[in-house]
Amino acid sequence: MHSFANPTRFLRLTRALQPWAAGVALVCLAAGLYFSLFASPADYQQSETVRIMYVHVPAAWMAMFCYVAMAAGSASFLIWRHRVADLVAKATAPIGASFTFLALVTGSLWGKPMWGTWWVWDARLTSVLILFFLYLGYMALYNAFDDQARGARAASVLALVGVVNVPIIKFSVDWWNTLHQPASVVRLDGPSIHPSMLTPLLLMAVGYTAFYAWVLFLRVRTEFAAEKIRALRFRQAAVPPARELKSQEG
Amino acid sequence: MAEFFAMNGYAGFVWPAFGLSAVILIGLFVSSLRAMRRTEAELAALKGTDGGENA
Amino acid sequence: MNSATALLRRELRLAFRQGGDSLLVVMFFVLVVVLFPLGVGPEPGILARIGGGVIWVAALLAAMLSMDRLFQTDYDDGSLELLVLAPAPLEVLVLAKVAAHWLTTGLPLIIVSPLLALLLNLSPSGYGVLAAALALGTPSLSLIGAIGAALTLGARRGGVLLSLLVLPLFIPALIFGVSAVDAALLDLNSRPPLLILGALLLLALALCPWAAAAAIRQATE
Repeated sequence: MHSFANPTRFLRLTRALQPWAAGVALVCLAAGLYFSLFASPADYQQSETVRIMYVHVPAAWMAMFCYVAMAAGSASFLIWRHRVADLVAKATAPIGASFTFLALVTGSLWGKPMWGTWWVWDARLTSVLILFFLYLGYMALYNAFDDQARGARAASVLALVGVVNVPIIKFSVDWWNTLHQPASVVRLDGPSIHPSMLTPLLLMAVGYTAFYAWVLFLRVRTEFAAEKIRALRFRQAAVPPARELKSQEG
Repeated sequence: MAEFFAMNGYAGFVWPAFGLSAVILIGLFVSSLRAMRRTEAELAALKGTDGGENA
Repeated sequence: MNSATALLRRELRLAFRQGGDSLLVVMFFVLVVVLFPLGVGPEPGILARIGGGVIWVAALLAAMLSMDRLFQTDYDDGSLELLVLAPAPLEVLVLAKVAAHWLTTGLPLIIVSPLLALLLNLSPSGYGVLAAALALGTPSLSLIGAIGAALTLGARRGGVLLSLLVLPLFIPALIFGVSAVDAALLDLNSRPPLLILGALLLLALALCPWAAAAAIRQATE
């Protein structure tokens, strides 16, 4: 695992994996959309609104997955000083924030016809809202320092502090009585959801995950390039002007 | 077809959910891609002026 | 341990000499609460309904008010680096600073809270629970705030950023603090939310000094 801490090797890996991530994302999202809109039944209780599940639930999963990925990257940055891990965490934050936002908004659009209200202040919704603020806080803190390295370290500590929120989100529907329905796919005794609905859900989930990887690769490459630009600028400012360089070469 | 788009009266909830997901995810992708193209182009230009010594 | 008590005494002495801080925080607390009857209207029934929540939100904001100076002055004059290098574990020193912060800002809030409950027409049966909930909750606020204060050392617009980072983490204390007061006002059992507040405090006591110390170390690195 530590061998990926080498930036060049990591960059080569992302370039190799990128077309695969793109392919899986496009195929799964296309198939998932087909199944979720055409080839799956309407729920006998929830009617057609059940289709919102296929964009809501994977977004909520990804919101937590991205946070765990961000925290893991931050931890390995703080412990082993892996620059790559920090860049992965930094690149994950805006993606995770987008998924969290989507989970909140699509949940709201699902809640209005089902519960009769756009928003309830129950444990699940509140803890996901806190998750959203944690993402925003991480990004704000990262950019709040003149010294980039300071921002990276401070934001990593914050990401680790925020991990306490993840189990709260996961178990909030079991610990408190809420309107939000309990987990029906990830359960010890197997999913309690009909296969005709499980297919589109899983397709969308795989598609979202691959999409995350795809965008992550793009963003990590951007961060690497930006880092090199900073280093080059720094060197150009530090070395003597170009004319002297030429005379040395000559 | 019209029946499909009506979503049994829930069109106002189902379609915004799918539409917003598409808009945000595509927007995220496009902005990431453009940022990468811009940064890598800037890096290439900078390397050009640097005498190509660390290409 | 000696250095921790010495630090605590230094902090308290500084606070008393400068004097203003506690008073300012209490004044802010009272002012925020006073704004509510003027904002939502002086109807006693409504005020009694929202009183517990108003007092808690005002306490959160008042605790935030002085939070950004928890480590900032020591960071600016360099004594924070001396604390990092001190032989005593930094976690214990952080705890001492947090204790001093709570004694100078949290404790005064608890003392004036019955007066505010009176102004908001809260029924007297809630006074004791309100004070108990604040006594269990405000130390957690100081502890959690210490992490934010340490993380934003030297940041641009540190004060605003601090509230953005810390206020979401205050939410659990707020929820259970208010539900304890509400339970007492409705003659329900207010023990469970108080116990949860206690559990939150223990958790914060165990984790926050450690995280804040890590944040201070990276800031002075």
